[in-house]
Amino acid sequence: MLNYDIVVIGGGPAGLAAAIEAKKNGVKNILVVDRDRELGGILQQCIHNGFGLHVFKEELTGPEYADRFINELKEMDIEYKLDTMVLDIDENRELSVMNTKDGFMKIKAKAIILAMGCRERTRGAIAIPGTRPAGVFTAGTAQRYINMEGYMVGKKVVILGSGDIGLIMARRLTLEGAKVLAVAELMPFSSGLTRNIVQCLDDYNIPLLLNHTVTQIKGKDRVEAVVIAEVDHKKKIISGTEKEYTCDTLLLSVGLIPENELSKSAHVKLAPVTGGPMVNESMETTVKGIFACGNVVHVHDLVDWVTKESQKAGKSAAKFIKNQLKDSVDTVKTLAGNGIAYIVPQVIRPSNIENTLDLLMRVKDVYRNGKLIVKGDGKIIKEMNKRHMAPGEMERISIPSRLFKEKNIREISVDVVKAGE
Amino acid sequence: MYDVAVIGAGVVGTFIARELSRYKLRIVILEKDNDVANGTTKANSAIVHAGYDAKAGSNKAKFNVLGNAMFDKVCEELDVPFKRIGSLVVAFNEEDLKTIQDLYENGVKIGVPNMEIIDAKKVKEMEPNLNDHIVGALYAPTAGIIGPFELAIALAENALDNGAELLLNNKVKRIEKNEGGYRIYTNENEIDTKYVINCAGLYSDDIYNMVADSHFKITPRRGQYYLLDKSEGGLVKRTIFQCPTKLGKGVLMSPTVDGNIIIGPDAQDLDDKEARETTREGLSFIKERVMKSCSKIALKNNITTFAGLRAEPSTGDFIIEESKEVKGFINVAGIKSPGLSSSPAIASYVVELVKNMVGDLEERKDFNPKRRKKIRFAELSDDEKIEIIKKDPRYGRIICRCEKITEGEIVDVINRNAGARTVNGVKRRARPGAGRCQGGFCGPRVIEILARELGKDMKDIVKEGTNSYMLTGYTKETSEYEKAKDLVASSRDEESRR
Repeated sequence: MLNYDIVVIGGGPAGLAAAIEAKKNGVKNILVVDRDRELGGILQQCIHNGFGLHVFKEELTGPEYADRFINELKEMDIEYKLDTMVLDIDENRELSVMNTKDGFMKIKAKAIILAMGCRERTRGAIAIPGTRPAGVFTAGTAQRYINMEGYMVGKKVVILGSGDIGLIMARRLTLEGAKVLAVAELMPFSSGLTRNIVQCLDDYNIPLLLNHTVTQIKGKDRVEAVVIAEVDHKKKIISGTEKEYTCDTLLLSVGLIPENELSKSAHVKLAPVTGGPMVNESMETTVKGIFACGNVVHVHDLVDWVTKESQKAGKSAAKFIKNQLKDSVDTVKTLAGNGIAYIVPQVIRPSNIENTLDLLMRVKDVYRNGKLIVKGDGKIIKEMNKRHMAPGEMERISIPSRLFKEKNIREISVDVVKAGE
Repeated sequence: MYDVAVIGAGVVGTFIARELSRYKLRIVILEKDNDVANGTTKANSAIVHAGYDAKAGSNKAKFNVLGNAMFDKVCEELDVPFKRIGSLVVAFNEEDLKTIQDLYENGVKIGVPNMEIIDAKKVKEMEPNLNDHIVGALYAPTAGIIGPFELAIALAENALDNGAELLLNNKVKRIEKNEGGYRIYTNENEIDTKYVINCAGLYSDDIYNMVADSHFKITPRRGQYYLLDKSEGGLVKRTIFQCPTKLGKGVLMSPTVDGNIIIGPDAQDLDDKEARETTREGLSFIKERVMKSCSKIALKNNITTFAGLRAEPSTGDFIIEESKEVKGFINVAGIKSPGLSSSPAIASYVVELVKNMVGDLEERKDFNPKRRKKIRFAELSDDEKIEIIKKDPRYGRIICRCEKITEGEIVDVINRNAGARTVNGVKRRARPGAGRCQGGFCGPRVIEILARELGKDMKDIVKEGTNSYMLTGYTKETSEYEKAKDLVASSRDEESRR
């Protein structure tokens, strides 16, 4: 049995930031494990720029952003193991871990930080009818083939879903010489960042078909065509609107799901809306000493926010080891009100908040000139005017710790108020 | 000159080849696709039926009941996943209760063991997640679940281990009857054989038409399925059938041997023997029907949908006989449900037919009924994991995260007899890509391993069929790099020549 103070599962942006922050807070014996061949996680395949505007005040590519943290991790002498898989963790923070070099190991950790990221929803999840030829990829898998393996995945491409990876891949494929015929989006709005719609579609004259979906995949061995149809406001296909697109490839960018199989093995409770662990103000899960951060908790829009959240998790894990986390009984619940899909964290223990607490959330629809209203036990404690809100872009609200203490709040809720209401 | 040519490497063809490989015979299996188990065998309900619903006196009834009892032994020998979990035919009303009574009586008549009609309370005890309006059920404890393509692959491998040959990508174009037997022309080869066994599934009528006017016709009947994530796996413990009614046969839900839940099928008669697409109507029909049995089922946790074609014979029953028109030609045709369940008994019967034709069949003393066991890493104990990685570090590298499949297992299934050549071939043998991410993470790694083991470039690896290429070429940068590499290599050659 090996012993560590903290084992961080995942060497992507979340894991790296958490490990570094824990070390900065005085924890010496830290291990980062990652199942891939290198640190940096999915950032390594995100060779486009736009990362780091908030954390570094400059525009970096994914690998550049990752590199800064990888270098820091190495300079701080934090131990890491690559090509290493965690098979199982239990409530007692015992891990079964293995790789080709060390073989199968049992590790006991004083604290664990879950930073496994997320995975993409597949064709199966949305049950697109038709044949099952080659040439149907998730956008992230295609990104890996192109940016890391050096192979092209298609020549004429249709993309379903306008999440950020789908948008980025529309541009990437175009630059590599493929023809992107259209990006179809089921919703009346894109779930991607506005800047990506402009820079990845508009700049290359790639049509974005809102309220559309792929209704059939055709082709025996390789994709030969897909059928796209319009949907009504209930997402029902409007018959007669079907149009066939001759193509050899369909990319799917239809959503990300936090990767929580390991969390389940440790009996960490998951939140139904996010699909990630329920966490408190310290990013601690429902199992004592197991923390979580990044896309494993909820899917973020920007890596910068992943970094910030993960630093909190790293610092909190350090506090936990030093017995500085207070297990108060006076907990505050957060409640996603009108127009809000979810709020992270789900539970707050006010005594552990240093100065302010950030509530992270996503709205359910697009709102122009709306308002976010924060209530404590039903009474308004904060109002924020918002020029533009969309499900693709996360909202953050900072709550000063004194508010909790002064007002003895038991429940915090956030509502969206539309313009004019 | 071969003694026996088996046309078709589905579960029936491979089972027959394996049983014949017990004898001193030169056997060849001809398969039009690039892998075994690529037709009907790969897409069905994966059920070993107890056998109560076929009409007494039919081939279906006879072979199903006999076949069912043979699975434990053969699956043990070949290391194929098989679980005798039992099945329930649930009744929703009085009429259904009468149907299950009829099924019970029919089952008794044809020899299905240990069946029971149970009441609503007992159903609820056995399967608490089923809907409350179920009024009773027929319980058949001998029903089981199996990995159908795993079985066919194991049978092919074992047949090859025992001397049979397998020719993939050999589509039969023409068959000539001659004095010594038959000459079979494929797109690749000419094969002389004394006897032919036609196990060509959907195409068995076409194959038979090459030597005689076939008196049967095969109609493709499509069935569509959902396959749900393992997270839904505990929902039912047994295979849950619905009563056949005037409206159709009902939709089943069942655990799979891998711990998923399978739901389906519907039924549509088609003309096209390759029409394996799913349809919106078909899928929503299944969804709606299964809710009758279990409304708790979360179809949002679906990981894939697929369709399979059953070979529906015009005769209404399995056709298993030596042709009356042409001697030495055995048709094993129209093997639709319960074909998989019947396959062991069909194979034994065909061996008898061959014995009759050949006269005296000599057994091989060195026949080995056992297949080298597969290492299923995820199922090993911690100590076993430690040991296996020490012996072969490739078992220490997980390639498929969802199913926890190691590189060692993937390399093994590529290098076995009848080994994997395609991405789906690897998936069917070792399961990378069969999990919830459907190959999103492991796809590139599997292609890389296939390319390495087969000595190919990654872009020449296919998903399934011969033309199902995954990658369309290099990226611009890689092309430049490859060009530069070639340039350097050729200038080096030139230098060395000087």
